Amino acid sequence: MKAPQRIRAPRAVDAVVVGAGHSGLAMSFVLAELGVEHVVLERGEIASSWRHERWDSLRLLTPNWQSRLPGHRYTGPDPDGYMTAAETADFIADYARRISAPVRTGTTVRAVRAADAGYVVETDRATWRCRAVVLACGAHGVPVVPAFAARLPRHVRTLTAKEYRNPAGLDPGRVLVVGASATGLQLADEIRRSGRPVMLAVGEHIRMPRLYRGHDIQWWLEAVGILDERYDEIDDIVRARRVPSPQLVGSPERRTLDLNSLAEHDVEIVGRLVGLDGSRLLFSGSLANHCAMADLKLDRLLGRIDAWVTEQGMNDVVAPPERFAPTRVETKPRLTLDLAKERVDTIIWATGFRPDYSWLELPVLDAKGRLRHDGGVVGHGLYTLGLNFMRRRKSSYIHGAEDDVRELGAHLVQHLRGARPRCSAVEPTESERQRPRSCAWNLL
Amino acid sequence: MSVNVTAIKVDNGVNVEALLEARAALTDAPEGARFKWRATCAWVRGTHSRSTVQGFYGLGAEQSRKKTFHYDADHPEIFAAEDNGATPVEYVLVALASCLTAGIAAVAQNRNIQLRSVKATLEGSMDMQGILGIDSDVRNGFDDIKVTFYVDADATQAEIAALVAQSQRRSAVFDIITNPTNVRVDIAR
Repeated sequence: MKAPQRIRAPRAVDAVVVGAGHSGLAMSFVLAELGVEHVVLERGEIASSWRHERWDSLRLLTPNWQSRLPGHRYTGPDPDGYMTAAETADFIADYARRISAPVRTGTTVRAVRAADAGYVVETDRATWRCRAVVLACGAHGVPVVPAFAARLPRHVRTLTAKEYRNPAGLDPGRVLVVGASATGLQLADEIRRSGRPVMLAVGEHIRMPRLYRGHDIQWWLEAVGILDERYDEIDDIVRARRVPSPQLVGSPERRTLDLNSLAEHDVEIVGRLVGLDGSRLLFSGSLANHCAMADLKLDRLLGRIDAWVTEQGMNDVVAPPERFAPTRVETKPRLTLDLAKERVDTIIWATGFRPDYSWLELPVLDAKGRLRHDGGVVGHGLYTLGLNFMRRRKSSYIHGAEDDVRELGAHLVQHLRGARPRCSAVEPTESERQRPRSCAWNLL
Repeated sequence: MSVNVTAIKVDNGVNVEALLEARAALTDAPEGARFKWRATCAWVRGTHSRSTVQGFYGLGAEQSRKKTFHYDADHPEIFAAEDNGATPVEYVLVALASCLTAGIAAVAQNRNIQLRSVKATLEGSMDMQGILGIDSDVRNGFDDIKVTFYVDADATQAEIAALVAQSQRRSAVFDIITNPTNVRVDIAR
């Protein structure tokens, strides 16, 4: 398949991919397969954020065997292990080399705007004209920090999860970690192990064991089909896209990290941080409900796995079903913390990220600054990748890129050919259509 | 005995379609979702007051009801008062109970769960040393609220637990009680 060849001025291509992370490179692989002339623009080096914006101990939440991209997969000696951030960066850089992706590193995109029959992509080096743009710059552009953070007393040092590196870089006193995603739990855990007193502020969260019935939980999520659930099959996709990452850690011993294990190590679990009144931090009284909801969702997920095992006749070949102790919540978790009276040296915001679209000069954002898209199709010839639950539950995972880039790549080629693809162009396959709608862990 | 094989339609007396339509309409017109709830209050005598609830603002216009509701509040006789009505803090429990109960009915309807009975008991504990100014470390308000629901429904225990959890997640009063709110009290001139 060849895209139409046109004579163009220099610096003109059919497609520009912004970002040389795993999803941008996967799209590059598919575009090359489809014969689409393109470049991949990267502000830093390949897999930049994995090298420079992760804490030292971070490992992927997915096992190595699941690290796969179109035309590339993990072939190392430890399929059940979890890559470190540096190994992940190497894995992605190897991929770029292997597929000879046309990456321009050290090229920062300054603006994307519409031009006749396509787009203009302005960078700090050159300006590109193209008919299609793929935004593959990741979902972790800007940390989301509450507005009252600006009013915190000066003696409290604040860090985002992007800035945090290791406990040794912190002051010796108490640390408040805000947020109960995988990030919040992992940071609370390692900072507590360094000897510092730690508080963890917990809102809605997703609880998961590392291993269930003898397999990695990710294996079950994939096998049962939960990771393949599509954005157009889910009852409340807006809510599903807001679900924080599951409370998992990729450790060599494959241990489970949850609020109970943190509490056993004397991490003080408090409710969602909701405000600052003078020098007093205020925590929500809804902690018990948030924990009860997470326990209910976990039981439903395990119930679904068990039902699938029975359906497949696999009960004899996997370990027996198991249920986990409910999250223990103190009878009276604290509701306030007076920073003028009780010492807190550091507050770490593990409160999530939003993509940075400040350079996007196109009317494609909603009132809250979120990109409007239909399964990754933003507009004519404009695509995005790697966002939470973009087309499937797995869209933000490394192994989730392949299905998305194949479908969106095909859509992009149709666009280049002048066909007007329907906005949600890629229809569910027959097997996807037949799968019952479900509510694994996002919906109560 | 006859066996009825047709599916029985779940009816908890909640018009979920209307609620879902309203949700869709207000998603497109967020200004219509800005509501203002109102009450007025007049002192009667001693700790007795009478509050009135009538109109509210919503869907971009002033709204009025067919009826005006009155609420007497007072304090019990052990406070040397006349006990003309529930105490204000008991109204808070009433508000929480009725909000969660309405939520359970709506969520159950939406999930096709037939309710037979929903009952709740509530208890708010309070250390009076706070409002009496005996100990400044004791807060004025409830230091703990305990709600127990008794739900009889065509559903499993886990489904009922999920109903009760979701009703808290979507409850205005639960949010008002568990999270801080700016309150401004002015004096009219």
